[in-house]
Amino acid sequence: MATINITAPKPMVMADLKGKVDPDWCPGCGDYGVLAAVQKALVELQIPNHQVATVSGIGCSSNFPGFINTYGMHTLHGRSLPVASGLKLANHELTVLVTGGDGDGFGIGCGHFVHAMRRNINLNYFVLDNQVYGLTTGQTSPTSRIGMKTKSNPYGNGDTPVNPITLALSAGATFVGRGFSGDQKHLTELIKSAIQHKGFSFLDIFSPCVTYNHDNTFQWFRPRVKKLEDNPEYDATNWVAAMEKATLWGEEIPIGKFYESTEVPTLEQTEPVLDAGPLIGRDLHIAPDVARKFVEELM
Amino acid sequence: MSQTFAIGIGGAAGQGVATPGDILALLFSRRGLHLNAYNAYQSIIRGGHTFLTIRTGVDEVRSVGDGIDLLIPLNQDTMDRHLRLLTAGGACIYNSDSIKPGAAAEGVQLCALPVSTLADISRNKVAQNTLALGAALSMMGVGFSVLEGVFEAQFGRKGESVVKENTDIARAGYDYATANFKPFAKPLPMTDNRYAVLSGNAAMAMGGAAAGVKFYCAYPMSPSTGVLHWMASHGRKAGILVRQVEDEIGVINMAIGASHGGVRSMCATSGGGFALMTEGLGLSAMAEIPVVAINCMRAGPSTGVPTKTEQGDLWQALGAAFGDFPRVIAAPLDIGDCFTLMPEIFNITDKFQCPGIVLCDLLLAEGRLSVKPALLDFNPPIDRGELITSNGDAHDEYLRYKITPSGVSPRAIPGIPGFMHVVSSDEHEENGVLISDEYTNHAKRRAMMEKRMRKMEGIEAAVPPPVLEGPADADVTLIGWGSTDGTIKEAREQLAEQGITTNQLQIRWLVPLHGDAIVDILSKSKHTIIVENNYSGQFARYLRSETSFVADGHIRKYDGEPFMPHHIVEAVREQLAGTTTVSVPTHEVMV
Repeated sequence: MATINITAPKPMVMADLKGKVDPDWCPGCGDYGVLAAVQKALVELQIPNHQVATVSGIGCSSNFPGFINTYGMHTLHGRSLPVASGLKLANHELTVLVTGGDGDGFGIGCGHFVHAMRRNINLNYFVLDNQVYGLTTGQTSPTSRIGMKTKSNPYGNGDTPVNPITLALSAGATFVGRGFSGDQKHLTELIKSAIQHKGFSFLDIFSPCVTYNHDNTFQWFRPRVKKLEDNPEYDATNWVAAMEKATLWGEEIPIGKFYESTEVPTLEQTEPVLDAGPLIGRDLHIAPDVARKFVEELM
Repeated sequence: MSQTFAIGIGGAAGQGVATPGDILALLFSRRGLHLNAYNAYQSIIRGGHTFLTIRTGVDEVRSVGDGIDLLIPLNQDTMDRHLRLLTAGGACIYNSDSIKPGAAAEGVQLCALPVSTLADISRNKVAQNTLALGAALSMMGVGFSVLEGVFEAQFGRKGESVVKENTDIARAGYDYATANFKPFAKPLPMTDNRYAVLSGNAAMAMGGAAAGVKFYCAYPMSPSTGVLHWMASHGRKAGILVRQVEDEIGVINMAIGASHGGVRSMCATSGGGFALMTEGLGLSAMAEIPVVAINCMRAGPSTGVPTKTEQGDLWQALGAAFGDFPRVIAAPLDIGDCFTLMPEIFNITDKFQCPGIVLCDLLLAEGRLSVKPALLDFNPPIDRGELITSNGDAHDEYLRYKITPSGVSPRAIPGIPGFMHVVSSDEHEENGVLISDEYTNHAKRRAMMEKRMRKMEGIEAAVPPPVLEGPADADVTLIGWGSTDGTIKEAREQLAEQGITTNQLQIRWLVPLHGDAIVDILSKSKHTIIVENNYSGQFARYLRSETSFVADGHIRKYDGEPFMPHHIVEAVREQLAGTTTVSVPTHEVMV
């Protein structure tokens, strides 16, 4: 076994973030691009990888933590956000990335998604949205378009798709963006901004499934995605404007930072118990005078 | 048990039953008396029928007992339901303006309080309660002055005028009773002891705090919500982060996340919420992240009877989550034990990196008991097991799930250089890499299953086997688990008075069970009877499945109310007489 030397800090490079195993995603999967962009963002931000935790649910994209060399948690289907929230509250000095798919986040985990945003906990939630269930071999997902034919909906999906951007905006996320795996440079910058934002950051990232989604492919997205950053008049602090942009779908699909508010305090900032620093490392015993009062009030 | 005195206060929800109950509890404990209280109520905020029994005595009071010495009905309904149960020597204090007494047994004193002539009822809506309280003190032979201190504690926050108003009203009741009612035969004793009075929920919360819990989260669910309330109101002082979460799925997963971060985490719920938590318990087991979940059992299935007690979730806890994995399940024996158990189970779950389940029930969770203050030890031994919290020296590649003889692999918390790893709910190899995706390696899967399950051997060694209480050659061995301990003990005293000797095997650790030790004890018993608060004899079935032991008889109750001692006494007698092998006592009064 290799001996790990931890004494000499040196700048973190892409190779430092390579996971123990290579990704087992299908060749051409959009998730490769997202993984690379996340690794690049961490290198550019120079956040030491031992201070990063990547937490996922279950699904193709949720295998993410295994492919990046940070602390990682591969949790239950749909439960990445509560697990990540607990981890963040235990040690809020960690940078916590939460990764997963559209089924994991907007289907089975949708309740947690809404409530995590309400709390404005400083998590970075990246949904690798391919509009289909991949690991279960191709069923309709919450973001599948109306009419999309899958194994579970052979006659076409009839349910209105979730709009992750409007949902996030209405639930109180303080950073809302959309990225595209096919635009690495833009995605990397977006991820960097999301990580630097203090509060709940949500990115819906188009990450096409090359095996089960033949409708929303790289080729389909490429001419449609339009960067909000290309419009100098777009004001990402304007929530109403963000809602308006978020409803666009079709020939023009906006990507980029829809909204950011720096005015809402984070959960960690508003929780007085955390004023003394992270919960870890605290004396486990209750101070004797406090304990005595707890008993005295029962007498 | 020495002399006890029981008071029953009943009325509609919202009529103010709780306040005189709190006052009496404080008064008894400050008088150096023990007490045990239980509130029978319904899932309704206003109306219905709520009946608080509070029983006191010089010695430990193990249950609320069989009868009432003093009844204080706050409405006609309570009078109608409960008066017939008073026996000679008992008394009933009631508002004669609005309540008509029914037929009382010979020797029962009916104490009519002319409330509207004694107090200004237009000013004070609960004057009848306070008058009755004052009257009760007089009849119990308790001086009035003690009440003033108690009122100060109870109403001081609301200002001096409120304290004075209540004191004046109580005084009027006290004086009226002194002039008009016959005091009880024996005045309430007094000792120099001082006790703390608390509910099981508060005890579990405080026990968790003592165990070093730094993260608590929950979704409200009766009868466990008291744990959340204690944590929410004391967390900031104790340095505990307390969160109300969107549902119990979120709760268990958040607790697991915090635990992985390196802090002791706890959550509490009841059966329905526990059902939602079960997948998360599997995650705790698979990822080897300790967590403690409390299930305050209520009568099920489904929403069931939210305000009534039962021991009906044993098999749910035994089978919580799919697959085989090491777990610990313990049932506290009384409210004091609700405190004591928590540091113990935390040490075990930390040491063996597995989920721990506390099977409490409404009887303990919402009941109240006096305990010696020293029992609430906020400095218990804390053993966090093999936890890596700093980087230390250079080392070989860190293997989070290293295969070891004990099955326990040193656990590094995130944030430390040199120990990066992934924990996973998928099966994994020693370094945390999943084995389920590209190929499934059966040898590695088997090795990891055996590693995890090996932890049970250590857990079994860490948990003491149950001990038989009472004479070895007793006529009957009563077997119970968890909250029935006190009631069984009291029933045994009554049986002894009737010439039937008994001993008792009370189970506190359900997993690991120590089946061999149990069979060794029970094989020497003359007549074994299992007592449990459920329909199907869940513990009896569990004991049989683990040991093949079949008891001679069963006493079961599943009507929502806890056992009273005489239920067990009568059932033992009928079983010894050979009438039946399964007794289901009837609860005498509708509450």
